[in-house]
This record gives sequence, structure tokens and C-alpha cells, in this order.
Amino acid sequence: MPAEALKCKECREEYELGASYVCEHCFGPLEVSYDYSALDDPAELRRKIQAGPPSIWRYADFLPFDRRPRTGLDAGFTPLIRSERLAERLGVGEVWVKNDAANPTHSFKDRVVNVAIAKAKELGFETVACASTGNLANAVAAHAAAAGLESYVFVPADLEEQKILATGVYGTRLVAVRGNYDDVNRLCTELSGEHPWAFVNVNLRPYYAEGSKTLAFEVAEQLGFELPDHVVCPVASGSLFTKIARGFEEWLDIGILEGSLPVFHGAQAEGCSPVAQAFAEGHDICRPVRPDTIAKSLAIGNPADGVFALEVARSTEGSIDSVTDEEVVDGIRLLAETTGVFTETAGGVTTAVLAKLAERGDIGSSDRVVLYITGDGLKTLDAVRDVVSTYDVEPTLASFSETVPVSSPEAV
Amino acid sequence: MAVTVKIPAQLRALTGNESETQVEGGSVGEALDAVYARYEGLRDRITEDGELRRFVNVYVGGEDIRFGQGLDTPVGDGDEITILPAVAGG
Repeated sequence: MPAEALKCKECREEYELGASYVCEHCFGPLEVSYDYSALDDPAELRRKIQAGPPSIWRYADFLPFDRRPRTGLDAGFTPLIRSERLAERLGVGEVWVKNDAANPTHSFKDRVVNVAIAKAKELGFETVACASTGNLANAVAAHAAAAGLESYVFVPADLEEQKILATGVYGTRLVAVRGNYDDVNRLCTELSGEHPWAFVNVNLRPYYAEGSKTLAFEVAEQLGFELPDHVVCPVASGSLFTKIARGFEEWLDIGILEGSLPVFHGAQAEGCSPVAQAFAEGHDICRPVRPDTIAKSLAIGNPADGVFALEVARSTEGSIDSVTDEEVVDGIRLLAETTGVFTETAGGVTTAVLAKLAERGDIGSSDRVVLYITGDGLKTLDAVRDVVSTYDVEPTLASFSETVPVSSPEAV
Repeated sequence: MAVTVKIPAQLRALTGNESETQVEGGSVGEALDAVYARYEGLRDRITEDGELRRFVNVYVGGEDIRFGQGLDTPVGDGDEITILPAVAGG
């Protein structure tokens, strides 16, 4: 099996592959380490991947399991759409939109939960849980239901109604915590020490995080086993951003891909931008902030992987930028109007940051960029309520022609 | 002034499995020093060169001490200090 241990990212201490996430020596985060030395035929690996199932499990060789686990609901294999209209609008060579809203619960969180719940079952847990800003709540509730596990889902009480309803419907124990996400996370970290539960993003976090690598693998495969020049990706805890880089790195090391790591650009909302602030100020740690933004799925004021996200952005000569809530709404509209993809606020953040990078000249007419869209616009309808209007007419031709502008000459 | 310090599961091997302990101290730093004095080995686990390690979070009454005055954050009778790993969530 390629996965051989849990290894501390700080002091490199090794642990067996169990339900732990913190180094007992230095409190650093644990990460799955692999021995890929047996995977030495890249051409054969590419063929095997292409013959695999239409889900994240086509990449099972690079995930922490002996063999493909039995799962009830699978994530991944979402579209990568080339948007010529968005590229033209921004003056960028090629824009490829990775639409990860096309997952079972409409966000990239299905990938990480698919992995975490398979691991929870393998380790013998009967109850799963999570601290969530919403998308994870949807995914944990759904995948737990499909796996026949009991679940507890903890969310901030002020979460968007769409995300509350689309979680509770799966029959989970939904706990609305009076506080922000960082309060929810602190509570869950405490609870994980008191109950024998698999908190997907606490004690199973090393496995959970591995699921995000599939967003690198899948994009590379969809580009014909090639790398983009740039990626733009939202940053909340920094885990997704960091693990996409890790996925590309692993395939470069094994030889499935050739070339060098893309330039990594992180995207945050100004009202919760601890990583962007640290990047701008040249710091290597992130000072926590109290979130205040419409991009609630990115509203983590105390990001666990912030330091690693900073390392990825700096080592690839990339960036981490932030945009205002107004720009977030503009970003949602820009993507929708040019691409036909309606994203939630997090995708608005990402698209707005791409627009900013293009305007600044950091991404130009000879570049191929991948835009990671991580969630569905139907989850955050309030964000666009004020920018969409209807023409209200009587069911008559007269009322229509009086009320609705008709822009081009009619050919009847 | 007695404050309660809550010990995370990862450190309870050093505290005889105690999940909390009462100490005296006027600031977070003083209270933690009292905890280190009580349990051998604890100091090295959560501090390095006199500073909290970067993946350790400390809260007073649920509030991250980095929103206060760090280790100088004052604590009073009945306050609760919580030590937790920083690598959860997201």
C-alpha cells in the first residue's frame, strides 16, 4: 500500500495510520505520507486511471486505502469547461472553469467527505461529525446517510437558510451554534476529545484533506495529463489550496505529469482575509480575524493551514488576494454571464480575484489558467437578490411591448 | 485567584488523564506557568523558546488570546483557560 504513515508536517515524527491529527510532540498537523516507489510506469498509470470509475476513486492509488473502499455516494468527475468568453473578457489566453458544484451535494466538500467517511468506516466508527460553514454540513449529512452512519453536524447559527435546509433533510443531528465558525470549530475540537466520533475535519482531518488532491488529479487528466500555467483557488482554512499543490507535486514526482508546478493564486474575501493580509505583510503566520463577509463558506478567521497556503503561494511566485463583498457579487455575475455557471459566494470571490489578476497583468494573453469553482449559486441566493429583477407584464402583447425592451430588429 | 485550565486530550498522558486543573495566576502566562510546574513535560509540548508553539491555540472564556494581550491577557477568579490544537477545521 502506498500510504505508509501519518507524518508531522512540523517535526516529521511518524505515527501509525489511525484516527489522530496532531503531533504529540509539537502539536503540528499530521499528514498522510506515501511510498510511491512501486508506481514506476507512468504510461501504465495513466491508462489505469483512464479505465477507472467516473469518480474520485479512479485515483485510489493516490489515496490512503489498501483497496478501493465500498462507498454509497461518490464524488468527483465534474466538468472542466473552457470559457472562451470569460478569457476574452479578461484578456487571458485560456480560462478553464473547474465546476465542482456538479458534485452530489453541490460543492467540492463531497470529495473530502467521500474519503473521510470511507476511512471512518474502515476504522470502525459508528458516528461521524463535522464543524462546517455549510458546504461540509451538506456533504457529511448526505454521505453519512448513504453509508448508514449516525451524524452530528455543527454550524454557525447565522448560516444561509439554503444550507441549513439542505443539511437537515438528510436526517442528521444538526446543531446550530450561537457563534461564528471559529467558535464552532473550537467546540468541535473540544468535543472530539470527549466522544468516540469521527470528526471528519478534526480527528480524521489528515485523510479528509487527501480528498482535495483529486481536484489536481482530475484537472490534469482533463487537460490531457498536462498542467495549467496558473490556478486560482479560494482559501478558507488553506487546506484545499495546499492539497491541490500537493496533488500536482505527487504526479510530477511519479512522472505522470511533466513540467513544473503552476503558479498558485489564493482568493479570500476582504471581510475575512487573514491569509491575504499575512501574504501582503510578508508574515509567515496568520493573525486571526473576526469574519464579516457574505462569503460565509470562506469565513474562517483562524485558518489551520494558513501558514502552508502562504508557503505554496510564495514558492510558486503566486499570490493571495482579497476582494470586497461588492466585487464578490460582480464575480458571481461575471462567471454566470460569460460561462453559464452560477456559483455561490466563494466562487464569486475566486472569479473576482481572477479578474483582478488579469487587470494587474499577473495573468496574461499567453497563459492557461484554471479557475476552481467550489460551490453552487443556489446555496447563497441572498447574494444576488438585489441584482436580479424581472419585467412584470399582463399576458397581452400590448403589455409586453410597453414593458420589455427589445434590442434587435425582429425577423418574423 | 483560582482559574481552571482545560487540558486537551493529546496532553492528558502527561496529566495523569486529568482533563482540567485549578491554578493561581493573574494572567494567562502565569496560569500556564503554574500548570507547567505541576506536570512535568508539558511546557516543552506547547511552548518553544518561551513562546506558544504555532499550532497551539489558547482561549480565555472561549476567546482566542490573540484577540486579547496574548500570554499577558489578564484572568480572574473563575475564568476558564482552554488549550487546543490549532490544526482543526476547514
